[in-house]
This record gives sequence, structure tokens and C-alpha cells, in this order.
Amino acid sequence: MHLSESVNTGFLFLAPWLVFFPVIGLLINTLFGHKFSERMIGAVASLASGAAFVVSVLLYVTVSGAHGEAMRWQLAEWMHIGTLSLDWTFRVDSLSTTMMLVVSGVGTLIHIYAIGYMHEDVRFKNDVGRFRRFFVFLNLFIAAMMVLITGDSYLMLFVGWEGVGLCSFLLVGFWYELDLLARPSWSNSFAAVKAFVANRVGDFGFLIATFIMFWAFGSLQFDKVFQQVPTVAPGVIIAITLFFLLGVTGKSAQVPLYVWLPDAMAGPTPVSALIHAATMVTAGVYLVARSAPLYSSVPEAQNIVALVGAVTALFAATIAAGQFDIKKVLAYSTISQLGFMVAAVGMGAYVAGIFHLVTHAFFKALLFLSAGSVILGMERGHHHAAHANHDNHGKGKKGKRKEERHDARAERSHSDSEGADEAHGEVFDPGDMRNMGGLRKTMPVTFWVYMAGMVALSGIPPFSGFWSKDEILLDASMHNQAAYWLLTIAAFFTAFYMGRQIWMVFFGEARHEAAARAEESPKVITVPLIILAALAVLGGALNLPFEGFHNLGHWLEATLGEVESLPLNLQVAGISTLLALLAILISWLMYARKPFAKDQTDPLASLGLFFKGMNNKWWMDELYHLLFINPYIKISYFIAEVIDWRFWHDWFHEKVIMGTYNWISFTGLNEYADQKGIDAFANGLGTWTQSLAGTLRKVQNGFVRSYALSILLGVVLILGYLIFK
Amino acid sequence: MTLDLALFLLLALIAIASALGMLISRNTVYSALYLVLNFVTVAVFYLLLSAPFIAMVQITVYAGAIMVLFLFVIMLLGAEGLPKSEVLPWQKPLAIGLSVLLFAEAAYLLVTKSRPVGNVLPPAEAVNATENLQQLGIALFRDYLLPFEVVSILLLVAMVGAIVLTKKERKARQ
Amino acid sequence: MIPVDYYIILSAILFTIGVLGVLVRRNALIIFMSIELMLNAANLAIVAFGSVFESFSGQIFVFFVIAVAAAEVAVGLALIVEIFRSKRSIDVDQVSSLKG
Repeated sequence: MHLSESVNTGFLFLAPWLVFFPVIGLLINTLFGHKFSERMIGAVASLASGAAFVVSVLLYVTVSGAHGEAMRWQLAEWMHIGTLSLDWTFRVDSLSTTMMLVVSGVGTLIHIYAIGYMHEDVRFKNDVGRFRRFFVFLNLFIAAMMVLITGDSYLMLFVGWEGVGLCSFLLVGFWYELDLLARPSWSNSFAAVKAFVANRVGDFGFLIATFIMFWAFGSLQFDKVFQQVPTVAPGVIIAITLFFLLGVTGKSAQVPLYVWLPDAMAGPTPVSALIHAATMVTAGVYLVARSAPLYSSVPEAQNIVALVGAVTALFAATIAAGQFDIKKVLAYSTISQLGFMVAAVGMGAYVAGIFHLVTHAFFKALLFLSAGSVILGMERGHHHAAHANHDNHGKGKKGKRKEERHDARAERSHSDSEGADEAHGEVFDPGDMRNMGGLRKTMPVTFWVYMAGMVALSGIPPFSGFWSKDEILLDASMHNQAAYWLLTIAAFFTAFYMGRQIWMVFFGEARHEAAARAEESPKVITVPLIILAALAVLGGALNLPFEGFHNLGHWLEATLGEVESLPLNLQVAGISTLLALLAILISWLMYARKPFAKDQTDPLASLGLFFKGMNNKWWMDELYHLLFINPYIKISYFIAEVIDWRFWHDWFHEKVIMGTYNWISFTGLNEYADQKGIDAFANGLGTWTQSLAGTLRKVQNGFVRSYALSILLGVVLILGYLIFK
Repeated sequence: MTLDLALFLLLALIAIASALGMLISRNTVYSALYLVLNFVTVAVFYLLLSAPFIAMVQITVYAGAIMVLFLFVIMLLGAEGLPKSEVLPWQKPLAIGLSVLLFAEAAYLLVTKSRPVGNVLPPAEAVNATENLQQLGIALFRDYLLPFEVVSILLLVAMVGAIVLTKKERKARQ
Repeated sequence: MIPVDYYIILSAILFTIGVLGVLVRRNALIIFMSIELMLNAANLAIVAFGSVFESFSGQIFVFFVIAVAAAEVAVGLALIVEIFRSKRSIDVDQVSSLKG
């Protein structure tokens, strides 16, 4: 609060509502949602998110009125322990405003999209009741993300950090009893657990960093920490920053903890778009940018961060080129792009990193949502096909939607009960690009928005991805040559796998009946896509590398300190653009000149082992199993079987404790203490009471005169007492 | 021995004798009549204690109303003596022993411990009867109005209770 | 001038006779009369004290006691009549169904 006393606080008092609105939304849906229609549930959730967006805009207005000056709004005291005082304070500055605009803006669009998507998803998977749960989780995510962004201390940031991790877990495991192809299995649950455990490793790093920070700085509040940076030994700061880096690798899916993100695609597609592409996974980038004063003071740590990012960018890009699942490609692409951002913030190019974060949020959310649209189209096509096979009169194809859905559900339960169904005999994977092809004609809107996302991601000028990626490359070329080359090659691969995907999905001929019968998605899905497409195309205008157009850079200066506004470097830009165009050309030659046919092996397979590696993710999962998980299981087995079961249970518990206990209870307590002691006493008491009562009973003879006599006796005794007292 | 004392002793003798007569008499009617005599004696004591109003009340209510009621009941139920079959052999000696003890203790306590100081005022020195009655009436209706009203309700309730208890229920008889 | 002690002794004697009557006699009516005698003994003591202290309170107290005694007699005699009706006797020893 004290920081903002001198300036007009404007709408600052609204800051807590960033969190309250989504919480209100989720409470409404939790408490009353069972009475709402799907449309109503979606509207409540979207309005809650939209209200957060409105608040973000108002806060943006306020902050820009104060020239990006940080403002703080204390909502509550959390705890005071000795010198440590922690409050729930909202920090509103240019960085957090940028983030909250992205989160609530993209989040709201995805909420709207999810109304349409989940409407069909819950029906394909035969559990309509889960619609409400999905939106409750989504709102919870927005709330947690807002806590993360607006936190004024590392601890509040960590609260949000864990909150979004929880939401990620809940949403990855949303269809916890199914697998990716909606068969009964626990594989989605395992994916959720994997995401959670990998994040836990990262959180461990985050916590250690926080502990060291408190030990060295005596505070966790951003400003207080940053003020003391010059007074603390660089070694301590290196330790802090590197432990933070571990947290970043967990949350932002960097080498070596990235393995959870591809599996996290088990969640519904809006989740992949919102959490695992646009917002949550960028929390690590935000953390590094937020800690800019720490990182800037230790170049050694910066280099490590930059290299981790660059290696991740290239490594994930190669894997993406070898995948066949439409969402897996995008997942590895996300990892790769996160690598770009981490490399950027690692090199001190915070503005470039945040710029890429923003544009990436636009185009990657767009790509994921379009992929979801494609998958829904494929599923619709599949059910059309199944229906047509069932009914040779062909009435189903022109039937009304409602009827189809009803059929689809009936079919599903039918096939569930019968085991084998003609049309569903083979397991159909609506996300496999080898089943697609030619969707350009059946799903034109999706095709065009996908194209927008593709060119943005591939770095073709003048689309948004070009500007942000080019800025990163430019910074890299000046600061870190190794990172520059890694990133440039990664950019080449990026364009290649995106081209490969476009050709495989939208061009050529349909390679599956479902693709041929695919159908465009409804407006509630396509409208958010179009908005996102516009943002993906135009997003670059936020920070053009020309004099007077560094809007984002100037905006963030207030928070991140002086940033160099680099002019366009034609050499760097030229190389990256040429490489991107070349990659797309190569992909065209491989996948589109002679259209990819049904059951054809991938042209890349001629690379032999290299392609096998790309397709099998360089056997990283297997390596992790070999290095960590199997030994871990062996150790756990040893602990469970030998130490716990044989030693503790069989010997210590059964023999020692239970034996002693039995001896004491049977011999000592039961025989002696209980039977001969307590029982005897209690029985004796009872017998004595009985005999006494038998004696006294005779006094009650029923004669009034006797009773009167006893009263007289009492009077005499009392008078005697009065005499002799 | 003054005249006062002589009068007192004579009356006390009559009172004790009539009380014993009530106690010992085999015939219930005799008992009742002895008690009437006792009550009248006590009324004279009240006069000696310069409480003429209470003395009159004693005669009208006790000796008059209450004892007449007793006699009615005796006539209703029969005045014959009960057979001498004692089911509680220890009752009589114990009762006599304890009673003597009680008298001894009470007399000792009253005379020694909580002994009121002074003599009883002789009737000649007391205020005259009308004034006494006036003051009593004023005290009764000013300071003790509420207890007075409560007593009236008590009497009403007792009357209703007596009627309810003795009333024969026709339906039960049929 | 009669000392108040004399009245008190007289009162105690009458009270003890009343107690004896309650304890010794079996006739319910005699017992009841004994109770009246005890009340009278107490009244006598109260009036005597009131005379010593030159206070009206004693007399007023006795007045209330007489009123309560009248009520008590009305109910008590009604009870005795009712007992006689059911037991055909006024011997209190016949009424011993309270024994344990």
C-alpha cells in the first residue's frame, strides 16, 4: 500500500475480484449447478472469467495511468511469525497486468469454446453429469492462476503455483477411468499422477529456493528481496536461481522434467489449450521474469537457464516432428516454444520472453482449440459412418443432431455391452493424423484458423510468432551463440512439423471414412477460434522492432527495469524466415506433393534410427523408467516387503508387540487384574448392596405411625445436635 | 403467689388434663369434647396474653367450626373404639420414650438457648380491645394483604378439594 | 407478671401430648385431633412471644396458621371419609399398602 500512496490508485480496489469472481462462479456452479442447464453452467463460468477480464482491463487502465508503477492492495494478513510477516497482498504492475490480461482474456475465450466442446465430449463419453464439474475446475484454475500472477511475495506466488498444479491434476485426470481413446483404463489417471509427481519434483526446488531466500534475505516479499540483491553473496543467489530453475523445469515442462506435459494431453482439449499451452505452463517463464533482478545479478545462472531453454526447444521440436497424434505434436511444440521463452528470459531478454509468452498464448491456444475442433469433427464423422453402416437406408446422415447423439450414445452402450460392434470393431483414434486428410473441404473454418495459427507459430512474417521469435533469436545472437544456433535449428523444425501437420490433416484425400464424413463445429466453437486467429495474426503489433513501436517493451520497463529496444536485424530475421520457408517447402515435398496415403509409412522413416527416436520421444520415458522409476519401485518393494512387512509386521508387530500385548492382556489383565481384582470387587459390591437392601427393606413396613416415629427420631436427633453443638 | 400465676396454673392444669383426656379416651366423641375444652382454655390464655381477636377466632373457628366438623365426621363414620390388636409392639414404648426426650430437649432449648427476655404483659396494662383490633386490622390489610389474599385462595382450593374428594361418582356406582 | 417460660413449658407439654397421640393412637380421627393440638401448642408459643416483644406479627401469624389449619381440616377429613369408604375402617394400620 505504501508504494501507491502518492499515485492515484484508481481501480486498484478491484484487484481482489480477479480471484473472487472465478470463485463466485465456481461456488454458484457447485451449489446450484445441478438445477442449471448446460448453457447456464457455461454462461456462469464464462461470465465469471469474463468479469475477471473486465477487472484486468480496468487494472490495466489504472496501471497505465501510473506509468506502470507497481501498486499493492493488501487484502488480508496471513501470518506474523517473528520477523516474518506475510500478507495476502495483490501486486498490480505492468508485468502482472500483462499476464492477467492474457490469462483472463484467453481463458474467457476458452471457457466459451468449452461450452460447445464439452457438450459433445460428455456425450461421446457417455457421462453428461461431468459437464458441471469441468467448469468448476476451469474457474478454480482461473482463480489459482490469478493468485499466482498477483502475488506480492514468493509465498503467495507459490500458493497459486500449487493451486494451478492441483487444477492441472484434476483436469488431466478429468476422464480418470478412461484412456485417450475412451476405453476403460487407468491411463488418464496415470497421466495425471505423472504430471503431479513431475511438478512435485519442481516444487521441491521452488521450496528449497524459497527457504534459502528467507534465510539469506529475511523476507519473501518481492521488493524487499530485490532491494537486498547487491548485499547478498552471489553464490547464494546462484543457488536460489538454480533451485528456482528446477521449479521452472517442472512447471514449464523443460528438460529434464518435461515428460509430464505430453501425457497431460489426456485432459479435454480446452484444458490442453488453457492450462498446458497458454497459461499455467508459462508460470515458470513468469517466475524468471518476475525474479529478473535476481537472475540479472548472476550471469552464470542466466547461461544455464538459457541453455536449458534452448536445448529443450530443439529437443522437443525434433520429437514433435515424429509424432502422429495431432495433440501430441502440439504438446511437444508447446514444450519447444516454452524452451524459447525460458531461453529468452534466461538471457535477460525478459521483454522478448514475455512477448513470446503472449503471442504463444494466442496461437497455441488457437491451435489446440482447432485441434479439438478437428477431433470433434472426426468423432462426428465416425459416428455418421457407424450410423450409415448400421442403417443401409441411409436416413442417419441427414438426421437431426439430437437424433444422432441419441444414436451415438445408444451405440456406445450397445458396443460396451456386446463387446464387439461392427462399426466399432477397430479402435478408432480421432486424434491420429494418419486417419485424417482432406479436412480442408469438410471443415473450412477450422482449416483457415488452423492455418493462421500455423503461420504464426512457424514464424512467417508478418504474423505474430515471427516478431516474438525473431526478437528472441536476435537477443540470443548477441548474448549466447550456442543458444542462438540451437534455437534457430529448433525454429526450422518448428516450421517443418507444423507444415507436416497441415499437409497431413487438411490436404490430400481422406484416409478414413470418418475424415470423409467429418463435419464443421458449431458457432460456439468457431467464434472463439476466429477471435483467437485474429489475435494470432495481429498479436505481433504489440511490440514491433521499429522505433516507436516497442509498446510492450516500454510498458514492461516499469517493472523489469531498463530494457534495450532492439531494431530489426535483417540478418537474423532473414535466416529464420528463410529456414522456416525452407522447412515448409520440404514438408510440402514430403507430404503434399504426393499426398500421404492410407497405411503409408512416414517419409521421415527413411531417416531410420533418427526417426525412430523422434517417434519414440528419444526413449526418454524408458530412460526415466530405467534410471528412476524402476529403482524406485524396487526400493519401495524392498521397503514394503522386507522392512515393513517382514520386519515390522511379521516380527516386530506380530511377535513382539502383539505377543507382549496378548500376554499382558490374557494373563496379566484378564486373569488377575480383571477377574480376580475388578470383577471380585464389583461382584462383592453388588452382593453387599443386595443384602443391605434386603435388610433395609424391612424398615419400609407401610405403617404410617412407624414413619411418623422415624420423623420424631430425626427431630430428637437434630435437637440433640443443637444442644450439644 | 399472685393471682395471675394462680390463674395461669389452674388454666394450664385444665389444658394439660384435657389434652391427656383427648389422648387416652377410648371413645372418639369424648376425645373430641376434651379437645374442645382444651381449645377454649387456650383461647383464655390468648386473652391473658392480650390477644382478644385471636382468642375469638380460636373459639369460633377451632372450637366452633373445626371441632363441629370433627363431630360430624365422627357421627358419619361411627364412634366405636377400635379392637386392641397392636401390630407394632415396639411402637408405644418407643413413642413414649422419644416423646419424653423431645419434651426435655425442646424445653431445655427454649428455656436456655433462645430464651426471650421479659415477662408477658398483663392484660390490664395492654391496650384496650378495640384499639388492638383496629391496629391488627390495619396491619393485616396493609402490610399482609398479599398473604391474606393467598390464604383466601387456599381456603377456596381446600373447599373445592374436599368436595371433589367426598363426592360420590355416580357412574362409578352404577 | 407471668414469665414467658411458663407459657413455653406449657406449649411444649401440649405439643408432646400431640406427638404421643399421633404415634400411639390408631384411630385416624384421634391422630388428626392430635395434630390440631400440636398446632395449638405452637400458636400459644407464638402469641406468647409476640406479647413479650409487643408485636402484632405473632398474632397475625397465628391468624394465618388458623386459616391454614381450617383448610387442612377440610381436606384431611374429606380424605379420612374417603379412606373409610374404601377400607370400611378408620384404623391407620389398615392403610399400609405403601410398604416396600
